Amino acid sequence: MTRWTVRDVRSLGVGLAYLLPSFVLFAVFVFIPLGRTFYLSFYNTRATGAITTFAGLDQYVELLTSATFRTGLVATVLFAVYTVPVGIALGLVLATLLNQRLRGINVFRTMMASTIAISAAVGALLWLLLFNPSLGLLNYVLSRLGVPGPDWLIQPNTAILAVAITTVWLTLGTNIIVMLAGLQGVPEEIYEAARLDGAKGFRMFSRITVPMVSPSLFFLFVVDTIAVLQAFTQIHLLTRGGPVDTTRALVYGIYLDAFQNFQFGYASAQSVILFLLVLALTLLQFRFVERRVHYQ
Amino acid sequence: MSEALRRPVVRGQVRPGTVGAYVLLALVSVLVALPLLIALSYSLMRESDIITFPPPLLPVAPTFENYGKVFGLIPIGRYLLNSFVVSSAVVIGHLVTASLAAYAFSFLVFRGRTLLFFAYLSTLMIPWEATIISNYMTIRALGWFDTYQGLAVPFLATAFGTFLLRQAFLQIPRELWDAARIDGASSFRFLRTVVLPLSRPALGTVAIYGFLATYNQYFWPLLITNQPLMRTTQVGIAQLRFEESLRWGLVMAGVIMVAVPTLALLVLGQRQLIRGLTAGAVKG
Repeated sequence: MTRWTVRDVRSLGVGLAYLLPSFVLFAVFVFIPLGRTFYLSFYNTRATGAITTFAGLDQYVELLTSATFRTGLVATVLFAVYTVPVGIALGLVLATLLNQRLRGINVFRTMMASTIAISAAVGALLWLLLFNPSLGLLNYVLSRLGVPGPDWLIQPNTAILAVAITTVWLTLGTNIIVMLAGLQGVPEEIYEAARLDGAKGFRMFSRITVPMVSPSLFFLFVVDTIAVLQAFTQIHLLTRGGPVDTTRALVYGIYLDAFQNFQFGYASAQSVILFLLVLALTLLQFRFVERRVHYQ
Repeated sequence: MSEALRRPVVRGQVRPGTVGAYVLLALVSVLVALPLLIALSYSLMRESDIITFPPPLLPVAPTFENYGKVFGLIPIGRYLLNSFVVSSAVVIGHLVTASLAAYAFSFLVFRGRTLLFFAYLSTLMIPWEATIISNYMTIRALGWFDTYQGLAVPFLATAFGTFLLRQAFLQIPRELWDAARIDGASSFRFLRTVVLPLSRPALGTVAIYGFLATYNQYFWPLLITNQPLMRTTQVGIAQLRFEESLRWGLVMAGVIMVAVPTLALLVLGQRQLIRGLTAGAVKG
């Protein structure tokens, strides 16, 4: 350990002074609350949130044996499976369409990316109308195609699908812009070389474009999965976790247990699980980026 | 796509392929924006037109009466005011706290800097929802339910904004710093007179993100506001969904009024928004 000089101490003081406002805010609203979430998850609490008795791992044991939590996990997984791959594929296809040098292309880019600016609450209300079995356009179109439209938000097997469709639409703007940036980062020479080798059309797309934009695809996989894990608003406005818990995704379960059932310790244990899942996904992303940098 | 990339755009010359591309782009754009376009159309319809079958696409006799009725039903002006106050406070907070922190992480040299930088980085891995119970208790203990500070203060710092600004600050030539120090300028004056003016685009990105993220919040304002007059736009219009009888024309008029500020921001700040998103994608 090297010795601290007066200058070291002074420069540390100056540095900390600049960091102070943000650091205090992070401490009070991020780090300490995270610690308290872990802490609360090992205790029983009263309806006020006051701690009563030490529970050890009881909350976690209860979670893992709870049928409701299991249903919620299934809902979360289905939600992610319905949302993430479709959202990324649509993002890639639409970005490819938008990656043309045409006059006025920015008008189309703005229109397709418009969902970036749309809040989950607004998006949910828009889709609430589209899913309406008698007034909504969706079932009307389906009926014209000869398919009887379901009562989307009432039927257990379609409710989570409806939440997923809404979420795909909400994240589409972000997905398109990230993919467009990825496509624009592919050097022109690579296409030239592939073309000289006789590649074109779909083969060019699958053998050249997709591998070249794989970092963006992976980034979106992580970001979109995290967004699904964090989803609350669209569930609250479309299905309220129902019918029979089939849309009780992770954060909605936390909301119900903490703020409707007032079981703060039990809800904190679910928060810890949410944190660990997001942490794992983020670390995966960091490792991926690191590896890519090494191999280049 | 590669075809289109290779082919230079020649002015004044229209190829059949180009027309096809435009038609396809227009169709897909309308399809993507359809939920919003329908909302706009329904907001101009009378309730009796909306419930006809097949579902109408365009209003027969456009009317603005739904917009007037929304004002009578919910205090939407107040909701917009609340959202603007809170979002502006968060934007100012982000600009101040993130530029100070980014400056420390780019120009200043001190022991423990890397460690602190990783601490900031780690906040990106902590989902806000995982800390919401504890934050709810904090705000309750402070007596900040139904207040602007309760809505804004927890969000005044931003790790994302700090990293974005740090990237921008690192682009500023080190020689400027050396010269300023030789001239005897304080480190704060250098930040104020050189670094911030040179980083306007990045500051714009941080501001737009802060505004959008705060304005569009739903979960947190739902939890900590109960008084009707302290609700924000998102929670406020969502009430229309829980009214006894769902009047779609009214809901859609409310939705349009609430979405217009963010859509305007999208059109005006498109460049900044794209820069922010792609910075995330490229840097991981």
